[in-house]
Amino acid sequence: MAVIETRGLTKRYGRVVAVEGLNLEVHEGEVFGLLGPNGSGKTTTILMLLGLTEPTSGEARVLGLDPMREPLKVKAKVGYLPDQVGFYGELTAWENLRYTSRLLGLPEAEAKARIEEVLRRMGLWEVRDRKVSAFSRGMRQRLGLAEVLLKRPKVAILDEPTLGLDPEAAREFLELIKGLKAEGITVLLSSHLLHQVQEVCDRVGLFHKGRLALLGTVEELAQKVLGGGYEILVEAGPGLEAAFGELEGVARVEAEAGRYRVLASRDLRSELARVAVERGALFGLALRRPSLDEVYAHYFKEVAHAA
Amino acid sequence: MRREGSPWTGLWAVFFKEMADHLTGLRMRILEGLILLSALAAVYTGTQTLRQTVGEDPYLYLKLLTTAQDPLPSFVGFLSFFVPLAAIALAFDAVNGEYARGTLSRILSQPIYRDALLFGKFLAGLGTLAVLLLALFLLVVGLGLFTLGVPPGGEEMARAFLFLLATLAYAGVWLALGLLFSVLFRQPATAALAAIGVWLFFAVFFPILTDLAASALLLQADPFDPESQLRQANLALWISRLSPNTLYAETLTAVLNPAVRSLGPILITQLEGAVLGTPLPLGQSLLLVWPQLTGLFALFILLFTLAYVAFQRQEVRA
Repeated sequence: MAVIETRGLTKRYGRVVAVEGLNLEVHEGEVFGLLGPNGSGKTTTILMLLGLTEPTSGEARVLGLDPMREPLKVKAKVGYLPDQVGFYGELTAWENLRYTSRLLGLPEAEAKARIEEVLRRMGLWEVRDRKVSAFSRGMRQRLGLAEVLLKRPKVAILDEPTLGLDPEAAREFLELIKGLKAEGITVLLSSHLLHQVQEVCDRVGLFHKGRLALLGTVEELAQKVLGGGYEILVEAGPGLEAAFGELEGVARVEAEAGRYRVLASRDLRSELARVAVERGALFGLALRRPSLDEVYAHYFKEVAHAA
Repeated sequence: MRREGSPWTGLWAVFFKEMADHLTGLRMRILEGLILLSALAAVYTGTQTLRQTVGEDPYLYLKLLTTAQDPLPSFVGFLSFFVPLAAIALAFDAVNGEYARGTLSRILSQPIYRDALLFGKFLAGLGTLAVLLLALFLLVVGLGLFTLGVPPGGEEMARAFLFLLATLAYAGVWLALGLLFSVLFRQPATAALAAIGVWLFFAVFFPILTDLAASALLLQADPFDPESQLRQANLALWISRLSPNTLYAETLTAVLNPAVRSLGPILITQLEGAVLGTPLPLGQSLLLVWPQLTGLFALFILLFTLAYVAFQRQEVRA
């Protein structure tokens, strides 16, 4: 079942197009990554899904509800962590969440239990009585996620969740996101930190100038953009370039003094090894999953060329 | 397009949170201190003057509120000076402050409409001012009991409450103005400066301008035709009533001084049979200031509506 669905979703600010003709489907329980450079329409899309910005045309469905007509029902089930999330610095972590629980209309006892649960889960229970103004960026981000969980959401929308975190905090945060997935929460996250997205996302959508340029798993994108979903590094005797290139499924071979970089549409390690052994010697063989960084860089290079 | 769900969802959560912020905030403490000090000073001088005439005036407590002794203005004078400032101080960063802290999109992603946020903030400001005014007023009456030793009368208290209500409406105007500017300007400092600018204009420059206009209008009148002079005088008065300060001052005049029978020029024929100096009953005084009160309420509803519309159309992202 599609948890988030958009058809021809378009947003224009005057003559500037923020999002154009977006068709997107996010399935239940998956982690979907929205990628793209700054200003490519990621945040606008998210705001339209929450009913916080009115689309110029097209429609969106979140959990089968129209965010423009029933924003309260949508927002009751969808947690949102904005980029650069802010809290009331003069209030403590606990008080900030208490305010949210009141806005959610939770009864007193239930609210207290839930606040304790989410603060413990995010490792913030010990600092619950500290003012948020004294919190580090990582703690704020975790408090933001605690607030998202306070809702017991079916969908969590996270906008640039790891931006500005140090590597350790970012890694921890990604673990927390994986935890959401394990719980069955559908996660939509936007980011331009590609290796992190690659680590947690089942599928990604690449935004470019308000349009969804590419959509699929990382392997599918690599297939489409790089011409091969698998990158195999071979160390073998010289002069094997042509022989490798003749194998079925090989998209490209780059050779450099006995080291070969083969892009292929499937895992060709055994075939490559056989060819190498037949014609000489094989010193090393390694499969590398294509990185999203490469896909991204390659795609935008192509786009720039085409323009 | 019809939206489902009540726009009031979450209103009280916002109201209580904002009210708590106001009441515990340093900003409000400073204002409270300022107002309290000036009120005490005014009341002190008022009682000093009144002590000599106790027993001669049936409306002693109203006098206590309005008696001024140089160089100090009366309690009412202090209030009409400080109330706009307090209202602006409570509202100028209501919305842009949420933007600046990055809390707006987080709050609006909770299941509430924007209406609840704006209404809640406005009501919290008004509630804070109401608490402040009531506390001050009770303090003044209590002090009066101590120093004058005369219990206040029923009608006197009714007039005093009417005065509080009018003050609250006046505060509402400035609160709505502060809220409007907090929506229009992204920088809280800009919003505060703009609101104080408007307040200064009405407090200082507007009376000068209306005086100039009045004398210019009077020059245009036919010196041998009293009716044209009256018309010009009425026109000048009408212009001066465009300011909320004038409306408020006129309301106070009639509410706190029962002897006041008219707020504009009056013809000698209209006074035929009137016993000058006798107090009007409360209902008649109320009738007299009804247009002024309505004007104040209308102005504050207008300003709030402008703020509301501007806020609804605003983009959430900073």
